[in-house]
Amino acid sequence: MRSIIYLLIGILFGITMFKSEAASWFRIYEMFQFQSFHMYGIIGSALIIGVIVVQSIKRLNITSFFGEPIRFIPKTRSFSRYMFGGILFGFGWALAGACPGPMFTLVGAGFLPILIVIGFSVLGTFLYGLLKEKLPH
Amino acid sequence: MSWIFEPWPWYIAGPMIALVMFLLLMTNKNFGMSSNLRTMCAICGAGSKSDLFRFDWKLQKWNLLVVLGAIIGGYIGSHILSKDAVVQINPKTVFELKNLGFESAGNAYLPSELFEINALIEFKTLSILAIGGLLIGFGTRYAGGCTSGHAISGLSDLQLPSLIAVIGFFIGGLTMIHLLFPLIF
Repeated sequence: MRSIIYLLIGILFGITMFKSEAASWFRIYEMFQFQSFHMYGIIGSALIIGVIVVQSIKRLNITSFFGEPIRFIPKTRSFSRYMFGGILFGFGWALAGACPGPMFTLVGAGFLPILIVIGFSVLGTFLYGLLKEKLPH
Repeated sequence: MSWIFEPWPWYIAGPMIALVMFLLLMTNKNFGMSSNLRTMCAICGAGSKSDLFRFDWKLQKWNLLVVLGAIIGGYIGSHILSKDAVVQINPKTVFELKNLGFESAGNAYLPSELFEINALIEFKTLSILAIGGLLIGFGTRYAGGCTSGHAISGLSDLQLPSLIAVIGFFIGGLTMIHLLFPLIF
């Protein structure tokens, strides 16, 4: 039963990514050129509602659909890993024009070369696992 | 009924993303897509090489279902809810992209120069997709999240680390497009 819920949430997410064009390489390029409000509007409005949602859950002690308390795990404090990791991710995001959600949406949309991006992103994650002890965190 | 085939404006898409995050929170999960790349490493047996991949990946089955849904959603969005989806970007952007050699700008959903099967015979195209993927996978795990985990989930929870990561995403993206694209393309 719960499996169906996650599948449906994923479908909603996938349709949104495709139909909003957030999965388009062109929209990512245009965003980094500051030549359209579109992507900023998407991220910005999601964020404003997101902040209201999270703060409401915390203040009103809203429980999950299954009656359990909703936990928010604070991220470990650091600068280097977020900044350096973030910059590397930004390079890839702009080059491939997709991030880890939309890249899967593009598979469903039939753009098969994106499978190369996905395959190498799994490899990239693996390389990070091998090198992480040697990197500043 | 033709409105069904139109692209969604930002003020529909943004709230929908917030709804996805809300629904995951309400089922006690966190919206974060890049974790799946780590799970895929774990499934392939990478746990023998690094403790990053030593966990019970079956606990992440829910997130793989979200990924499967995202693939199905991509099919529905493109094949049922769209007809010849073309992304209408700013004419100025189209002009700049054509100068870089992207003739498909303004006439396609993705640049055919990178995402058409025939383009893969070029070593350069393959390298761009491969290096892009490597950087995405390496960077997202190093930063502990991607656009969904940091820019949406983390910032919604007012997490300072997520703000640093998002600033990093933009430094990287802006450097790539403004400084490196003229050298690559």
